[in-house]
Order: sequence, then structure tokens, then C-alpha cells
Amino acid sequence: MQQVQSPGSWRERLRSILRDQGILVAFVLLLIVMSFTIDRFATTENILAVIRQVSILGTIALGVTFVVIGGNLDLSVGSMLSLATVMVVDLHDKIGPLPAILVTLVVTLIAGAVNGTLVGFLRLNSLIVTLGMLSVLQGATLLYSGGKNVDIANQSDTWFAVFGRGRLISMGNIDINVPVVLFLGLAVVLGIVLHRTGFGRKVFAVGGNRIASSYSGLRASRIVFSTYLISAFAVFAGAVILGSRVMGSQNTVGQTWELQVLAGIILGGTSLLGGSGSIAKTVIGILIFGFINNGLLLLGFPFYAQWLVTWLVIILVVWLDVASKRGRLWAA
Amino acid sequence: MSGRVASVPTAERSRLNAWVRSLARQPIWAFVIAELLFFSLMPGTREFFFSTGNLLNILLQSTFIGIIALGMTFVMINAEIDLSVGAIMALAASLSVGLQSQLGMIPAALLGLAVGAALGGLNGLITYKTGVDSFIVTLGAMLGIRGLVFVYTNQESYFALNFAYADFGMSQIAGVPTLAVIFVAIAIVLHVVLTNTRHGRDTYAVGGNRDAAVNAGVRVGRHLLINFTMLGALAALSGLLLSTQMGASTPNMGTVYELWVITAVVLGGTKLTGGHGSIVGTVGGVLGIQILRNGMNLMQVQAYWVLVILGAMLIAVLILDKRTTGAGRDGARA
Repeated sequence: MQQVQSPGSWRERLRSILRDQGILVAFVLLLIVMSFTIDRFATTENILAVIRQVSILGTIALGVTFVVIGGNLDLSVGSMLSLATVMVVDLHDKIGPLPAILVTLVVTLIAGAVNGTLVGFLRLNSLIVTLGMLSVLQGATLLYSGGKNVDIANQSDTWFAVFGRGRLISMGNIDINVPVVLFLGLAVVLGIVLHRTGFGRKVFAVGGNRIASSYSGLRASRIVFSTYLISAFAVFAGAVILGSRVMGSQNTVGQTWELQVLAGIILGGTSLLGGSGSIAKTVIGILIFGFINNGLLLLGFPFYAQWLVTWLVIILVVWLDVASKRGRLWAA
Repeated sequence: MSGRVASVPTAERSRLNAWVRSLARQPIWAFVIAELLFFSLMPGTREFFFSTGNLLNILLQSTFIGIIALGMTFVMINAEIDLSVGAIMALAASLSVGLQSQLGMIPAALLGLAVGAALGGLNGLITYKTGVDSFIVTLGAMLGIRGLVFVYTNQESYFALNFAYADFGMSQIAGVPTLAVIFVAIAIVLHVVLTNTRHGRDTYAVGGNRDAAVNAGVRVGRHLLINFTMLGALAALSGLLLSTQMGASTPNMGTVYELWVITAVVLGGTKLTGGHGSIVGTVGGVLGIQILRNGMNLMQVQAYWVLVILGAMLIAVLILDKRTTGAGRDGARA
């Protein structure tokens, strides 16, 4: 027998949509308000420009999402980005683009493996381990470069330029840039890995309750280890795009990126406690980050106005999330 | 002086055990002593290292991270964290130097301190009232307060127009830099507060087992408010002192200080999961870092090695801690 839809259940359903997809609703509202209040906002060029601007941050955030859902943090991605970008740019002229990319891949994966071993197998506190690695990798970057900035000499004559500067489709004034494609492509691949494979389900299980997942026969240590490898791979991808785009690098290029990445992930609604979240949420969180910034700039505010807005929004987003879980607005 | 344990040891062998454990829990002081010996004997540094001037210099360099680390110890024993201290430093210093001509030197400095305390208190209030993890609350504040610095300064540095301001930063009391005296004085006061007052006991109680602390009648909200306010004020003070030493404030002052401070506190034996830690350990952590920087500088080792060694030490302390205390607890962020 068909159940009769009462007004109450309709309201119930709305409430559950708001609870589960609150960020998405807020994001759509934000876009609508911004398109009405800002002239040049809702143009294809502008929207593509924003996605391009956040593509590197977003690429890294995709990898860190695995670590966070697995119940850990990765504060080392900023320094890792510095190291990888400096290496790929510096080695480009010395050993050629492809070897440079491969060496950088190996180095970032080793750094990720160190994180993964310490947090996964030795079960050390991830915040401190990756804080330590932040310092180690920043030091390694400076030792590698001797403190000097690096750049690629012949910038117009290398296929390496494709990752950061390439265009896939160019129609009129609409460009689909390679960084955007790489970011969204990696999002799709990692989204499938996280949400459609057994490995992905295990990441959620370990992040939700590591001890219980161990008792149910999951090799929690190995899964945590893998999440750090994925995070490192995402940093590698981000470094290739960044190095290719700038064709040079400062030694501290990734400083504070670890926290911006986390801010984007949190904005998307993924809990730092682990066990919940999604790739789509991270993409939305990063896009919110980018669109707020873009909207404020178009309105004539200085770039740092977005930091003030982010302050408010991060706390509000997480507050509403925890409040809906406990059923009360205030904790105390 | 050792980190406190919430539970009372029951076994008979506890005495020796406790002693070994307390040493194991504060390996940082063994490290500090080893550093002192090493740099005093090492050819190349022994000519310069163990002089009063250099040791006082190390103490002076320890002041800025140290003062914040003292406050952070309380907050971290509470099982909370504050990432916004570097931004608070910059805001307080900018206000204190920038408003000198309008308000006068002392009122401007007091305003800087008050703003720092207020923002610290705001962090504590939001953390308690909303139930959002302090890591997230202060991550937001770190970005937002840095934004406030840029709004106020318009990305400009300020120079102290009143010479008395910079003179204070250079001044000495009985041959010891005034700034270092302030650091040591605050360390002593806060050590006494942590070990000998009700507030200190509550700090361990709230971090060790918050529900139990609530049941025992600790007013957790007020307690957290006090510790976060104190940390904000100390971060502001550190910013003021650094600006007196430089005779100026810069909008980027204190960037990544939060990471240095947390590193020092953790090296000192305070656990992120709360309930453990001490001021003595934190002072050891701060000194350990600064002696290393100073000694390696004298050895003319590239300064970049310090970053590598510090990070490795941080992880080594964690491994050591795990080995000596067994499995350990898994905190929310573990």
C-alpha cells in the first residue's frame, strides 16, 4: 500500500536534505546570490577561471581527503609541494622533463611512505608526525636548492608546459585548461576509488573506528599507509601543474597550503574525525573557497578579505554539522 | 616537575618505575644537557658557545617562542590546541606600534595586549559553546586574524616612532636582557600556577577526562575561557616584545610560529591527547630548539639542517614516548 505523504514527512524530508546536503544547498545559494549581485560573476570565462585558480589546491585536497576520511591528518603536504615543485623544475633542465617528473614522483611517494609507515604501522599521532615531516621536508627543500629559487631556462620550448599552461579546447574566449581537466579527472578517478571499490569502503571503516575495523579483519595499518601514498601522489600531481604553470619555484611555495587544503576539505563538510566525507564534498569545498575569493575580488575587496570570510564560514559549517548530529545548537 | 599522571600508581615497584618514567617522559632535558656538553666541547664551537654572552643570547632568542609555548602548554594539557597564536602576535604588534602616535606608547601596547586576550578568549568561547574542535576553530582564526592584520596595516610595516619602545627591547636588568627576564618570570609564575593551584589541577583534570572533571564540579567553560584568554594575551605579549626588539612590526610577523610553538611544547613532553605536560618540560623544549639553532649556527652548519633535525626529533620523541608508555591512548586526532 502506498504511504500517504503528510506535510510532516515533506518537512522531514526537507530537513534531512538540508542536514545531509547542507553544504551543497549553501553553495548553490551562494552562487545564485553572487550571480545577481556581481556583474561579471556568472560568465563562463569567470567560472572557468575560478576552477583553474583552485585546481592545484584542489588536486592536493583530493589526496588529503583520503587521509582525513581514514581518520588522520596530513600537515606535510605544503612542504612536500615545495620540495616536489622545486625538484621537478630544477631537474627539468638537468635531466630532461620526463626523468624529472619520474624522480619527483619517486621522492614524493617516499615522503608519503614515511608518513604512512609512522602513522599506519607505528601508529603514531598523525598531527605530530606530519608536523615533524612539514619541518623535515621544508629543510630538505632548502638543502636541495641551497636556498635559491629555481626556474626553467627555455620556457617556450618544452612540452612540460602542457600541464600548467596547456589548453585542451579553445573556442572563442572559452578555454578548457589542462589544469582544470587534470583536477576534475583526478577527482573522478579518486572518487571511483573511494566510493566504488572495496579499498574505499575500508578507508571509511578504518576512519570510523580503527580498532573495530582491525577486529573485523581489516589490515588497518596498510590502509592508512595507502592513504598517505595517495596524498603524496596528489601532491606530486599538484607540483607538476604548479611547476609547469610558473616555470619556476620558490623554496617556500607550499607554505601554509596544508592549512588551506584542510580549510577547503572542512568547508566541504568532511569531518576531521574521520569515517565520513566524500570526494564530491571536497571538490565543492574547494570551489566554495575559490568562488568566495573571486566574488570578493570582483566586488573590489582586497585579497585578504576572503580570510575573514573563511574564518566565519569554516566555524559556521562545522558548527551546524556537529549541532545537527547532537540535535542541539549549543554544546553547553 | 615531572608530567602528572591522573591515575595513582598502585604497584610496589612504582618508585623506581616512576623515576625512570619521569625521566623518559622528559627526555628533552637530557637532550638539552647533551647539547650543552656537545657544543661546549666541540672544536669550533667551544671557543664561543659556553660564554655568558652567548648563553644569554640563547635565552633571549627563546623568549618569543617561549612565552607563547608557556600558554600553549595549558591549552594542550586541556587537550585543546591553538593555531592562531602567530596571527595574534602580528595583530598585537601592529596595533601597539601603529597606534603609538595616536594613543601614546603605553595605551597602544595595552590595547594590543587586550585585543590579543580578547581574540584568545573568543577562540575558547567558540570552542566550548559550539563544540567545534579547537583545531578547526583556531585554524579559521589563524586565517581570519591574519586578515585583520592586513585590514589594519594595509600590508604595511610600522616603525616605532618612540625611541623608548626600541630601547626597552635592548634594555637589560643586571646584565640580563629584560625580555629574557620577562620570559623566565612568566615561566616561574605559570609553573607555580600549574603545579600548586586549583586552576592547575583543573587543567590536568579537564584534559585527562573531561566528563569526570564536569562531574567533579569543574566549570569547564570558564576554565577553557581562562586558558585560551591567557594564551591570547601571551601571544600578544610575545608579539609586543618582538616588535620592541625589532623597533618595528611587520604584517607577516609570526607566520609558522604556531608550528614552532607546538613543536616546542610536544618536545617538552605535553601530549596532544591532554592530561599530561609541564612547564619545566616546555621550557626544556624551547631551550632545546634554540640551543640547537645557536650551536649549529656557530658550527656554520647550514641553517636548513635545523629544520630537518627538529622534525626528526619531534617524531623520535613520539616513538620514544610510545615505547616507554606502551600502547598509549588513541585520541580523537590520533
